Amino acid sequence: MSLLSLTDVHSFYGHIHALKGISLTVEEGEIVTLIGSNGAGKSTTLRTVSGLMHPGSGRVEFDGRDISRMEPHAIVAAGLGHVPEGRGIFPTLTVRENLEMGAFTVRDPEAVRERMAYGFELFPRLKERIDQHGGTLSGGEQQMLAIARGLMMQPRLLMLDEPSMGLAPVLVELIFDIVTMLNDKGVTILLVEQNALMALSVAHRGYVLQNGELVLNDTAANLRRDPLVRTAYLGMA
Amino acid sequence: MPPFAAVNIRELIRPIGQLLLFSLGSAGVLSALVLVLALILDQTAVGLHLHDRYNVSLATYTLVNLPQVVIDGLTIGFVYAAIALGYTMVYGVLEFINFAHSEIFAVGAFVGVELLIALDHTGLLRSASLGMAYAYLTLALLMGMAAAGALAVTVERVAYRPLRGAARLVPLISAIGVSFLLQDVIRLVEGLTTGQFNRIMPTFGNFDRRIMLGRLALGDTTVPLGISVKSIIVITAAVLMLAGLNYLVNATRMGKAIRAVAQDRATASLMGINVNRIISLTFLIGGLLGGAAGVLYALKFTRIDPFVGFFPGLKAFTAAVLGGIGNLTGALLGGIVLGMLETFAGSFLGVFTMGAAGSEYKDIFAFSILILVLVFRPQGLMGRHVGQKA
Ligand SMILES: Nc1ncnc2c1ncn2[C@@H]1O[C@H](COP(=O)(O)OP(=O)(O)O)[C@@H](O)[C@H]1O
Ligand SMILES: [Mg+2]
Repeated sequence: MSLLSLTDVHSFYGHIHALKGISLTVEEGEIVTLIGSNGAGKSTTLRTVSGLMHPGSGRVEFDGRDISRMEPHAIVAAGLGHVPEGRGIFPTLTVRENLEMGAFTVRDPEAVRERMAYGFELFPRLKERIDQHGGTLSGGEQQMLAIARGLMMQPRLLMLDEPSMGLAPVLVELIFDIVTMLNDKGVTILLVEQNALMALSVAHRGYVLQNGELVLNDTAANLRRDPLVRTAYLGMA
Repeated sequence: MPPFAAVNIRELIRPIGQLLLFSLGSAGVLSALVLVLALILDQTAVGLHLHDRYNVSLATYTLVNLPQVVIDGLTIGFVYAAIALGYTMVYGVLEFINFAHSEIFAVGAFVGVELLIALDHTGLLRSASLGMAYAYLTLALLMGMAAAGALAVTVERVAYRPLRGAARLVPLISAIGVSFLLQDVIRLVEGLTTGQFNRIMPTFGNFDRRIMLGRLALGDTTVPLGISVKSIIVITAAVLMLAGLNYLVNATRMGKAIRAVAQDRATASLMGINVNRIISLTFLIGGLLGGAAGVLYALKFTRIDPFVGFFPGLKAFTAAVLGGIGNLTGALLGGIVLGMLETFAGSFLGVFTMGAAGSEYKDIFAFSILILVLVFRPQGLMGRHVGQKA
């Protein structure tokens, strides 16, 4: 049984038909990437999984449970983390408070402390900024905070929406290293990216999304060699 | 990580410091203003007129009356602040003005007063010891709070939540409808059960006693300076509630969740926060504060009727806008400034205009402020957001 599976999912914004029958799976332990150009429906896919929007039709299953009608807070509590596009840092909560919010469902203060310490181990920069407002951090620091915050609830599946967006190349490297490392520690990852090159270099498998439809689905290695992917997403002839 | 206790004490003391600062600040500014005005008017017909009556200069008259004005202004200012917090909390989280909040306040007042009237009929109030009198008042306060809090949560659930996705004007119209509905419900219930719309807070305990702080010489006579026990109760209760709210919002897990929801509802839900529960909590807190303010208002002004919420509600709304709607500290500042301003106007308008405009014109000031702020500084004195620390 897949950890996450979408079956013929359709999603709408009013009359806009944003997802036109998406079916995909993520197995426990994998890094799966979802690539596609701007407006393809990548974020909508993640929003439909985490309950921020409900599919018009189709099924979303997490760990064998139908979650397509559940509210986001309940889906999160079931072990599904979503680091949203644009990072969603609470601007006038401090770094510490942002992290505390990530652990909102965790009632044991000792566990919260340990996980916060782990976040600081991953991103020592955050520790220096602990009492600063989230809104005062640089883009890279905000992305670190968003990931560290996403880990506070120790999700079984972590969905990251364009974590490399707007970051300097060094930081992009760091973020992808951490994605790989988290995966080594057992976190399953669904990675949405426009940076297809990087995404396909860390992922096991990938899906290519165009205009709300999946057009390709293969191992990352095969996708890297695919002519469509090479021309459209990797900028190669 | 600093020890928890250290953070907590700071969070408790800070709002009290702020309240003190706002009180002294607005008292100082307004006092200076009226004194300057008095000095200017002293040589005019206004000064001469006063001199004929009291044999003192206008400046002396003003100075001698100031302390009492400040005390009275603070009392009503704290009531406005407590109501204003209800508007501002809800606005901060939903960007929506809960026009029914004035009736939530009225229901709090009615529940508290009816409870005390019922106790009065049994004879319990008159025979009550001082300790019991305070216990009954506390009970009335708690019942008023509970009723108003439950009502606020219910109104949100029934009249606002189903409209959450609709255009912004729609819940606003619903709120105005709820406001009229509640006024009529109060009228109906009071009409059926008591046959009267005007209810009077029973007199008991030592609440009406004035504690004399002294007499200030004014020409041939003296002016008493005092504070009634009920003013002290109003101020104390309000300060405790405001400090408690500040603590809740800034230092507790639920308070942080309120701020998170105010800043970004979708992301907050991705943290595992049940956004609807936080919204209910926000209405509950606003209702509790509004209900308490209602009972305190009834204690201070004695008479209430089904429309008792209208003016205090409108003024508290003005206070919230003045401070910066959505900003908790702003609501405190706005409430205090407005209460102070209106008391100053009520006390000095008559003298400064030689009786042409009496204290009945004081409301002009409150609503002129609303218009001026909306035109020139719509974000209010302190800018916005519950998201920010109070
Ligand atoms: N809030 C919204 N309201 C209306 N249309 C939207 C909204 N968000 C996204 N869309 C539309 O849905 C489609 C998919 O968007 P999105 O999932 O954000 O794409 P991606 O993340 O791949 O860039 C686009 O056509 C976009 O214009
Ligand atoms: Mg996107």
